[in-house]
Amino acid sequence: MKTRWAVAAALILLCLGAALVAGCAREEAEESRVIKIGVAGPMQFVHGQHHWLGAEMAAEEINAAGGIKVGDEYYLVELVKIDTNELLSVEDATNAVERALAQDNIDLLVGTIRTEAAVAIQELMMDNEKIFITCGASLKQMADKVGQDYERYKYWFRVTPLNGELLARASLILLQYVGQVMKEDLGLEAPKVAVVCEEAAAGDALAAAAQQVIPSFGMELVGIWRPSPQATDMTAELTAIRGAGAQIIYTYLSSAAGVTYAKQWGELQIPAASVGINVESQAMGFMEATDNYGDFECSLNTYALVEITEKTVDWYNRFTERAGEFPTYNAGTYDAINIYREAVERAGTLETDAVIAELEQTRHTSAAGVQVFDENHDVIWGPGYATAVGTQWQNGELKCVWPYNWEGITYPGTVRYQIPPWVAEALQ
Amino acid sequence: MLANILVTTLVNGAAYAMLAVGFSLIFGVGRIINLAHTAYYMLAGYSIFTLVRVAGLAYVPAMALSILLVTVVAVLCYKLLIDPMREHETTVLIITIALALVFQELMLKYFGGHFRSVPGVAEGSLSILGVQVTRQQAITCAVLAVILAAVWLLLHRTRFGLAVRATAQDMEAANLMGMDVSRIATLTAAVSAALSAAAGALVAPLNILEPHMWLNPLTIILAIIVLGGMGSIKGSIYGAAIIALSESLVIFLIPQGSFLKGAFSLLIMIIVLLIRPEGLFGVALEGER
Repeated sequence: MKTRWAVAAALILLCLGAALVAGCAREEAEESRVIKIGVAGPMQFVHGQHHWLGAEMAAEEINAAGGIKVGDEYYLVELVKIDTNELLSVEDATNAVERALAQDNIDLLVGTIRTEAAVAIQELMMDNEKIFITCGASLKQMADKVGQDYERYKYWFRVTPLNGELLARASLILLQYVGQVMKEDLGLEAPKVAVVCEEAAAGDALAAAAQQVIPSFGMELVGIWRPSPQATDMTAELTAIRGAGAQIIYTYLSSAAGVTYAKQWGELQIPAASVGINVESQAMGFMEATDNYGDFECSLNTYALVEITEKTVDWYNRFTERAGEFPTYNAGTYDAINIYREAVERAGTLETDAVIAELEQTRHTSAAGVQVFDENHDVIWGPGYATAVGTQWQNGELKCVWPYNWEGITYPGTVRYQIPPWVAEALQ
Repeated sequence: MLANILVTTLVNGAAYAMLAVGFSLIFGVGRIINLAHTAYYMLAGYSIFTLVRVAGLAYVPAMALSILLVTVVAVLCYKLLIDPMREHETTVLIITIALALVFQELMLKYFGGHFRSVPGVAEGSLSILGVQVTRQQAITCAVLAVILAAVWLLLHRTRFGLAVRATAQDMEAANLMGMDVSRIATLTAAVSAALSAAAGALVAPLNILEPHMWLNPLTIILAIIVLGGMGSIKGSIYGAAIIALSESLVIFLIPQGSFLKGAFSLLIMIIVLLIRPEGLFGVALEGER
């Protein structure tokens, strides 16, 4: 009798144990059907906030649709927020990504903004053989590495922005367009151009390119000023530019100096149109930050509320509504995650080399244009691809002003560039 | 170009002088190198931003209230953190830099890394010697001049000023003569912080607010007070003028090297120190001691 009870108890325990093991295994299998995506950026700053918001929108949409389809199974996206603090410390950035790799075991990394941090993180990700899609840093050399040592750097891709060389080309075309408007409207024969490029690696390239190209546009270069990226006062530079007789100021300002510059440019009513790259002017808070003196500032941008593609207006509005901010190029994390999703779904596996092979075949229509990677995994620029846009603050509203009949392209909703009224008045 | 350089020097030099004088004052009296000095400048800027943009106050009352608030915060910090450690100069140095970083992180936490601005009392620009300056810059210069003159009168025409100068010359002798040195140091800390806050309040509409805005002016005023002679008020004003002039010269004469204006100012400071290690007005101060 006792033996029967003992056998029965053993059987029950065995069944319970088996059920428990089966349950755990299923739970583990369900848990493992998650793709962890690290979103790296300076989260206390607008750059990192846009990295995160773009990624969050993509993850929510993908998960709402059931997840990423890998073969016959669906994987949910789990985002890991990585506050890199990279604008203040490159070391903080690499430490944060190292922690995400070791502790959170991320499968993919998107984001980063500051060149020095992005380069260090690129090396870290290549060491770990994990895919890293940059959405923020523009250094061309990051892409050149793919061509130089494909086996090591094949895990790296860039979605936004265009690389520094292409940004220079596009922004100089924007300068040429503004120069043309000045010639037509004000009758200037050879507009005088002052170059203001902050002292940074990207600024060096742009200043050198501007020096070469401006005379070929039928314009006259009157001087180059190289303020610090952290300049808190630019009245001296602007006074000197006024003294040099400049009629157009071509800018490359990627940080705080851009706000200082635009505010003092408007307040001092410098009689020169301002055009080029002023990253801070892409933000919705620009007018408030400049106390409304930044009106008529014109800059190259990634997104604008025009029909760059059929997706642009809807996405732009959804992002703006959610963030309370216009999307900047850092919000390219949205496209990066969707491009990765498409590549994984085409590959039908999470195996890295297969996903890379599919990423290389990408042709993704996004809010910024049609995104295709070149042989160095860098996003291609030009008509039919991502062109970038020129935006200008016009009476407190951010308008798209370029492309404007450039290579046959004018995105529906684009308006003509407006010469700042005090500039027109001074030069007429 | 000469007029451009002179007017730009005047505009920038006034704000530097205001910050440097406050820094020198507390160093002269308390032998305190207060690295949180420009953090008070930042706090005043954010305080005005909050009072104007959030609470809807007008600029002038917001400015007055901000100077008062920052002065109270600074005196509390002085009494609680600095005064007990005053004898240990290195400790004070570390405490004040830590304090500045705490203020920076607090601003980052509550306001984020966004760039912000506050409206000034006057809009538009005017011409001085044919050079265009904003009305706010002109007003700021005038008010700064008045404040600096008031500080001079306070130090040279009042009993408090006499006590401050006596303490600055010889703290032990002042103590032996029956002066309440600790109280004088506290009041000087309050005046010093008020000057920093006033500089912040006046300059806030000209510049951009962001949590790291205290760092650049700190480097500049350190150069100014070392150049002028540690603890010398007159030296601070001369030092501010020299540094502002050197910055203007770089921008106007070497436009492609305008980012070097800070480095050039520091180079001038080094050259002066090689010739006069005690700074421009350091000898007189040592002689007085």
